[in-house]
Amino acid sequence: MNTSSAATTTAPVAPASLLTHPQTQHVPGNIVIDVHIKELYYGKFKAVRDTRIPIERGTITAFIGPSGCGKSTVLRCLNRMNDLIHEFRFDGNINYRGQNIYHKKVDPVVVRRHIGMVFQQPNPFHMSIYDNVAFGLRLNHFKGDIHAQVEKSLRGAAIWDEVKDKLKTSGLALSGGQQQRLCIARAIATEPEVLLMDEPCSALDPIATRKIEELMTELKTKYTIAIVTHNLQQAARVADKTGFMFVDTSQGGRTGYLVEFGDTRQIFDEPREQRTKEYLRGVFS
Amino acid sequence: MSALSHGPVPVPPASKLFFRSYGSPRTLISMGLSILAGALTLIACVPLFSVLIMLLIRGGSRIIHSGLTMFTSLPPGAMAKMGEGGFSNALWGTLVMVGLAALLSVPFGILGAIFLAEYSPASRLSTAVRFAAKVLTGLPSILAGVFAYAAVVIPDGPFARGAGVLFRLLPHPAAALPGAPASMYFQLYENLGAVSKGGFSAIAGAIALSVLMIPIVILTAEQALRMVPSKMKQAAVGMGCTKAQVTWKVVVPTALPGILTGVMLAIARAAGETAPLIFTALASDYLFPVDGHPPFVHLMRQTASMAVFIFNGSARPQANLIELAWAASLVLVLLVLVFNIGGQLLSRSSRPRGR
Amino acid sequence: MTQIAVDQMKTLGYARPPSLWDRTVDLTTRSLARTFAVGVVLLLAYVVYVIGWSAVPVIREHGFNYLLSNTWDTNGDTPQYGLLPAILGTLYSSALALLIATVFGVAIAIFLSQDFVPRKLEVVLKNIVELLAAIPSVVYGLWGIFVVVPLIRPFCNFLGDHLGSFPLFHGNLAGPGLLPAAIVLAIMVLPTISAVSYDALSSVHPRLKEGALGLGATKWETILKVIVPTASTGIFGAIVLGFGRALGETMALAMLLGNVNQFRWSIFSPGNTLAALIANNFPEADTDQVKVLLFAGMVLLAITLVVNVIGAGIIQFANRGRKGAVQ
Repeated sequence: MNTSSAATTTAPVAPASLLTHPQTQHVPGNIVIDVHIKELYYGKFKAVRDTRIPIERGTITAFIGPSGCGKSTVLRCLNRMNDLIHEFRFDGNINYRGQNIYHKKVDPVVVRRHIGMVFQQPNPFHMSIYDNVAFGLRLNHFKGDIHAQVEKSLRGAAIWDEVKDKLKTSGLALSGGQQQRLCIARAIATEPEVLLMDEPCSALDPIATRKIEELMTELKTKYTIAIVTHNLQQAARVADKTGFMFVDTSQGGRTGYLVEFGDTRQIFDEPREQRTKEYLRGVFS
Repeated sequence: MSALSHGPVPVPPASKLFFRSYGSPRTLISMGLSILAGALTLIACVPLFSVLIMLLIRGGSRIIHSGLTMFTSLPPGAMAKMGEGGFSNALWGTLVMVGLAALLSVPFGILGAIFLAEYSPASRLSTAVRFAAKVLTGLPSILAGVFAYAAVVIPDGPFARGAGVLFRLLPHPAAALPGAPASMYFQLYENLGAVSKGGFSAIAGAIALSVLMIPIVILTAEQALRMVPSKMKQAAVGMGCTKAQVTWKVVVPTALPGILTGVMLAIARAAGETAPLIFTALASDYLFPVDGHPPFVHLMRQTASMAVFIFNGSARPQANLIELAWAASLVLVLLVLVFNIGGQLLSRSSRPRGR
Repeated sequence: MTQIAVDQMKTLGYARPPSLWDRTVDLTTRSLARTFAVGVVLLLAYVVYVIGWSAVPVIREHGFNYLLSNTWDTNGDTPQYGLLPAILGTLYSSALALLIATVFGVAIAIFLSQDFVPRKLEVVLKNIVELLAAIPSVVYGLWGIFVVVPLIRPFCNFLGDHLGSFPLFHGNLAGPGLLPAAIVLAIMVLPTISAVSYDALSSVHPRLKEGALGLGATKWETILKVIVPTASTGIFGAIVLGFGRALGETMALAMLLGNVNQFRWSIFSPGNTLAALIANNFPEADTDQVKVLLFAGMVLLAITLVVNVIGAGIIQFANRGRKGAVQ
């Protein structure tokens, strides 16, 4: 039973067995990733503290805030990309479908197969467009019709019509915006449950940005999306939920923390925290 | 104060102030040095062309007079007439031994480079490995031959002893596969038996050559692997690739042109080497490394090679042999240059954005 | 991830955990990579060990006497295998070649790295110089015998006739000799010096060049007073490496030096080097002589190891702190 394809406007509830299993008892049914960060260190530098963000199924959750507030850091925790940095230390837990992905026995490779990521700089592989999209399918030993799935993904990334006649040409020959959509197609080819996007439009021109924003609103019917963006208008346009983070310099260093989290409408129109009000006013006026 | 009272200081017309004065010593010296540097560079290029012209004239004359028989004939005896004979077995010997050496050194070098670039770029072990590789690139080629001689050729050497142990453990082919003398197993068994007795062989030659090739492959392959943009590696990691999958599915294919360049340069070097082969494969006037007699592949006996053929031929007084040595030099140099220039072209094509 | 969660995962999308094959490949790659990397270090150690060990029989019998003995006489009941002429010949011929190669190599490196020619021409010239190193040694030997010797003979005889009293120019160039050998050796070694010096010169920060030019220095004043001094450690390393290559060069010298075990200062006289000695004598050597040649190999290894390690160390030192430099 493929729950993601059944998702429409009502968030589906997780199967009962998941709810009653001892490890998952306390998780409300529609939260896919529950982020609890107590403290996060790069070596001696405390990068993030006290951040709790629940990410709901079928929504777009945006992380906004000034540069250096740790939003990319938090995002990269969700698929354990921060493991690549040597002195990374993490206190807290991040529960994906109730399972703490930072548990000792969890293999980050498996986590990353279920949680896809699109990066700030488009980074297609040095292969044809077809092979780029088929990469994830071959990686996971996909037994079905690869060609059909590749087409489905390219359509899903709104780039099929532009590349359908040149699937065998190099992915690097596309423009920046097309490369990014190719990366999105590559990420959704295996239909992961969650898609992380780290400032996906910051390296693109406004027209390409617009295309990708439209794409995001289509994608959220099937995928749960978490996006980091420094573009507040983008967050306001696209996200269902928004988390605002800020930098705490009170103790000498620059530590990021979550200031406020809620529905996007509420955050932008009636922010509760003073900090949020100041930030939005400063940027908008 | 008094200077001011005399009015403004006369300034030479602006047009002349900044002109370069060709008579001044500074300029002359500068130009002289530039010309000197350029001249030295051009002079240094002359030997390459001189060698090539020499080869074309002297080696070419062989082709003109005797056609392509040199590719198909065995080395001539001392009494042979002008124009007789060739270096067919030497050519085969070079191809077989260099090929074998490549088979040994390419996987060795690439996997070592993967360790240096992907698994452990900044540890003490990797510093030691790089240092060892750099020292090995400076190893005189004759010492690679001496090493292979002492380790492989001498019957008491460790290589022969180890092969002997293996040889005694294996069952005789007649018992294992009755009535199949030409089978692979029979070939292997025969060769292994010969290995355990030591002696000059193509295998020893290949081992000596691979000692020279491994450092070239590992150092150039590491450079090529490092040039793969890290954002591409991050994309692969983000998709849930294991470390090996990132390496084999993304990094190595992307770095392949650079890796191939290193391999081609190593092959070119090995093909031109004489000294290591004198100690290991020696030479032969009538034997081939691969021929029609079972077990078809003879890697355990003396094998001729182009480089040793040229060396031996140059010392003989017969004009026929000397002309043949020139022809062989022409063929060898063309082979070496093709691999070198090919490698250079490959590396330039994979880096279109300049240095 | 817990089994329940994994089971649920299976119904979502097409993601699967890595298969057994994937895991095996991962483990195998990791261990093979490490093994072969360590193998390089072990190979160096083993080469040194084998060559050193093979010299032991001679050391046991004659100690290190051969190092200081001048007589090489293979005939008679007690053959003498004095290696001193060959050792001196090795050092002398390499030093002479280094002199020539340094002048050319550094000049070429400066010419190619300091924007004297358009980029495309620079690449072509650089490639040609690199190709000089690609020609097999034995072909250089042939070329030396048939081209270089006849070419320089008139000049050498002129020097010998008029300045013959000066020990350096004593005698005539009969055939093989030090000067043609040194010239060919220099040609083989200068690509190394040129390439490594080029790297050293290119890595000088452009800011230094700008600073000097901004103060009104001419191009050459900048080069000689600022850029070359900054790159001097690297260039010195290049020269040492070139010296190491020259010491180990075999075939061209075997064919051009004449295999005469006598050391003379005259650049026209024949002589020998360790490598040429070993190469020339091995094919006809009996078991005793082979042992001596192995001993000579050990001596050569010791000399070249020291020089190469110093050279590699100098270059490592020159590259420390350089961005992107591999330590």
